[in-house]
Amino acid sequence: MAKTSMSLWIGGAAGDGNAFAGRAFIKACSRSGLHGFAYNSYQSLIRGGHVLLQTAVGPEKVYTQADDCDILIALNQDTIEREAADAALGVLYNGDRLKLDAAKLRPGAKTLALPCMKLTSNPLLQNTVALGALFQLTGLDFALFETFLKENFDKKGDAVVSGNLAAAKAGFEYSQKNFPDLGIRLPKREGRHMVMTGNQAIALGAVAGGCKFFSGYPMTPASSIMHWLSPRAAKFGLVFKQAEDELAAMNMAVGAGIAGVRPMTATSGGGFALMTEAISLAGMVEAPVVVVEVQRGGPSTGLPTKTEQGDLFQVLGAGQGDFPKAILAPIDLEDAFHSTVEAFNLAEKYQMPVMLMSDLLLSEHEGTVVDLDMDVKLERGTWAVPGQAPEDGGFFPRYADSETGVSPRAVPGQEGLMHVASSDEHDERGNLISDVHTDPAKRVLIMNKRMRKLEGVLRDFKPTRLEGPEDAELTIVGWGSTTGMMRHVMRHFNQNGAKRVNILPIRYIHPFPADDVLSILKRAKKVMAMECNYTAQLCRLIRMETGFHIQTRWLKYDGEPFYPGSTIAKVSEVLRG
Amino acid sequence: MAKLAVKSTATFPVPTIEPRAAKAAKKPDEFKSEIKPDWCPSCGDFGVLNALQKACATLGIPNKDVLCVSGIGCSSNLPGFFKTYGIHSLHGRSNPIAAGAKLANPELTVVITGGDGDGFGIGLGHFIHNMRRNLDVTYLVMDNQIYGLTTGQTSPTTTIGTQTKSTPEGCIEHPINPMALALVSGATFVARTFSGEIGHMTEVITKAISHKGFSFVDCYSPCVTYNKVNTYPWFKSRVYKLEDQKHDTADLRAALDKAFEEEKLPIGVFYKKEGVPSYEELDPTISRLGAPVKQPLDLKPADAKALKDSFR
Ligand SMILES: Cc1ncc(C[n+]2csc(CCOP(=O)(O)OP(=O)(O)O)c2C)c(N)n1
Ligand code: SF4
Repeated sequence: MAKTSMSLWIGGAAGDGNAFAGRAFIKACSRSGLHGFAYNSYQSLIRGGHVLLQTAVGPEKVYTQADDCDILIALNQDTIEREAADAALGVLYNGDRLKLDAAKLRPGAKTLALPCMKLTSNPLLQNTVALGALFQLTGLDFALFETFLKENFDKKGDAVVSGNLAAAKAGFEYSQKNFPDLGIRLPKREGRHMVMTGNQAIALGAVAGGCKFFSGYPMTPASSIMHWLSPRAAKFGLVFKQAEDELAAMNMAVGAGIAGVRPMTATSGGGFALMTEAISLAGMVEAPVVVVEVQRGGPSTGLPTKTEQGDLFQVLGAGQGDFPKAILAPIDLEDAFHSTVEAFNLAEKYQMPVMLMSDLLLSEHEGTVVDLDMDVKLERGTWAVPGQAPEDGGFFPRYADSETGVSPRAVPGQEGLMHVASSDEHDERGNLISDVHTDPAKRVLIMNKRMRKLEGVLRDFKPTRLEGPEDAELTIVGWGSTTGMMRHVMRHFNQNGAKRVNILPIRYIHPFPADDVLSILKRAKKVMAMECNYTAQLCRLIRMETGFHIQTRWLKYDGEPFYPGSTIAKVSEVLRG
Repeated sequence: MAKLAVKSTATFPVPTIEPRAAKAAKKPDEFKSEIKPDWCPSCGDFGVLNALQKACATLGIPNKDVLCVSGIGCSSNLPGFFKTYGIHSLHGRSNPIAAGAKLANPELTVVITGGDGDGFGIGLGHFIHNMRRNLDVTYLVMDNQIYGLTTGQTSPTTTIGTQTKSTPEGCIEHPINPMALALVSGATFVARTFSGEIGHMTEVITKAISHKGFSFVDCYSPCVTYNKVNTYPWFKSRVYKLEDQKHDTADLRAALDKAFEEEKLPIGVFYKKEGVPSYEELDPTISRLGAPVKQPLDLKPADAKALKDSFR
């Protein structure tokens, strides 16, 4: 029986067109109603280096890139040397330019050399030729490739479109006549899925979540949020501002929040470090703001293009003093969208900074999404009715005490609600108490008022739940993007109705859902955690918040995400042990 | 204090601001808050506060339409004493905070206030960037050439040789020249004034607020407690008014010459360029749709569908 799912890798130097080839493939798959996952392993280089785009597609939900590939498309010699031995079925390459020694391949794997010079007169079209052959080898609907080429090159004129179409056809026909059947038949199913990255899901969530101000400073792997937003900003009434640095980006966002809009900024670990003072300011002046922290390998400049989950404690500890804030860590693409909307609602309802933690893998990988419910509910919280200036002529009590800790909000320009948003400790009216000799009672009253907001936040959080069979032999705990691999592993071990593994993906970092997590962990038969960092930051947080000590840890900090083979081996060992 | 009852609503009361047109003058007292300034008696900052209140009164701006943003320092306490909306923010960050607020609601009259440490030390980068943006805000620096609030260390405008708590043998760094810096950074209104000349200061600040684009006013504002060199008499014997000279405020080079005078210190408007579009006027979103704070939050269903389809 022919394979209906597969893994395709495309390797070359930066600038060789890997991304274009990958998009053509994954779009055709998603438009065939298939699922897909693409992870791009790359270097911090604009040209050259080695870039390997790893895609996996099939009729079932795909949670991860694969350990090896069925087909490798090699765009340069370097890729052949590095990756050819990892191809199970065949290696597609330009036979005019590249050399492949069949003896280096796995048994049964085929050399699929394309005589590109004969098939196209334009050397720039070698990728299109290879893709034409790929469509033939996988059984993907060739019409979907034609559509993709037309969409892509429409702006470049008819000649470019027809040149590409001809090259694609030549590749397809050459493959039909000359290449063996590799035994892959990707099926065509109902529906056209969406394809997006985590950063696009976050940016889409910002637009749906009513974001009207975005300030940012470029930093991989957060920049693609701004790249998606900036050309769409004017249409959605959103002001997009590239700031002079992250200090400015964060402070601008706080200023915009005080002025009454929903603001967002996004960065990675190093930029986030520069933002922390103003996050504390947002807590103090009770301004809403959403801060996205897309983690990459640290410390310092670290591994700019590699994934890691090493900033949990940085974000948790961000900002001087105690102040209310929330930290959300979305676990997949759909959740990246919904968490962003949730972050904006929490930020306005509780008038505080909300951090959204992602990582390079979640933010930059492309995956299919069946549908998104964009009909989201936006909650703007409590506002003071204008025109109630205090009779004594003093400032308006913007920080009035209340049972929930939330005070009716007021913004500049409103009648009769004037006050100063003060970063010094202040009373209900915003008048400084830092300059009086001492006022412990007022300090305690205002501190309690602010911190009390967290009780409501915790109540508003959705319950933290197990996924999978309740009474499994092993519970795997993780956070953020690691959830994808946890789901993959669970599916692997629970085939044919087995109840070996369940998983606990944590998406709320602060305030921590300690009751939910502890009751689940206490009931678990065996617990293991997996995270992409050195010091098991989530395990330490869980122990701090619940007293529960997770001793079995599967940690990775080599820059690459978890891979299925080694993770499954580790879980087998834990299940046995 | 009795519990302060506040009437609240779940719908956002969108701020409405009338366009800035000639308005009936108000009394300066209308801009006085209930809080008494806690500056040392005779601190130069009193003069700046008075002049700012008079300028706003002369222009007749509704108090609620003014947002005064400061950093941290003695001078940055000003918003508390000024009856408008205010943000008393972080040390050095008043400029980006003000930029964010102004871009969220460009209809506000935004005045930034602070010290020389705040603006020319820790916040210098932001100051330059807001000038090159020609953001339509007014920036008043109470320049006392010392760090007041932290009890008298050297500042970026402390002159060479001056002894301070942190330069016991005299300052050995060259001071910043804020006027020259503003002139080459794209500010479209650059002026200097002195707390010992309240009338002059009021006039200059009034012009600065009326100017469309980034207006910068360096206010000599003596710190009577920690700066024993740059005192009121020291300034009195050195300042002279550009208004009394034949100075062409449209001439950038002439303004730069004035910025480098050291023996005598010119005060007044150094440079003014009209007709340069402000950042807000050029912003693709604001120029098409107006103030972001007035935009409806919910996506239209058709837009939501089109966005989703763009991913299919
Ligand atoms: C990030 C940070 N660093 C240092 C300080 C301490 N600090 C407060 S005010 C100030 C300098 C004050 O000088 P200036 O801005 O000239 O204002 P002045 O008090 O003279 O009016 C410093 C260093 C602070 N509040 N925040
Ligand atoms: S210390 Fe100096 S700057 Fe501060 S209030 Fe006193 S005189 Fe003014």
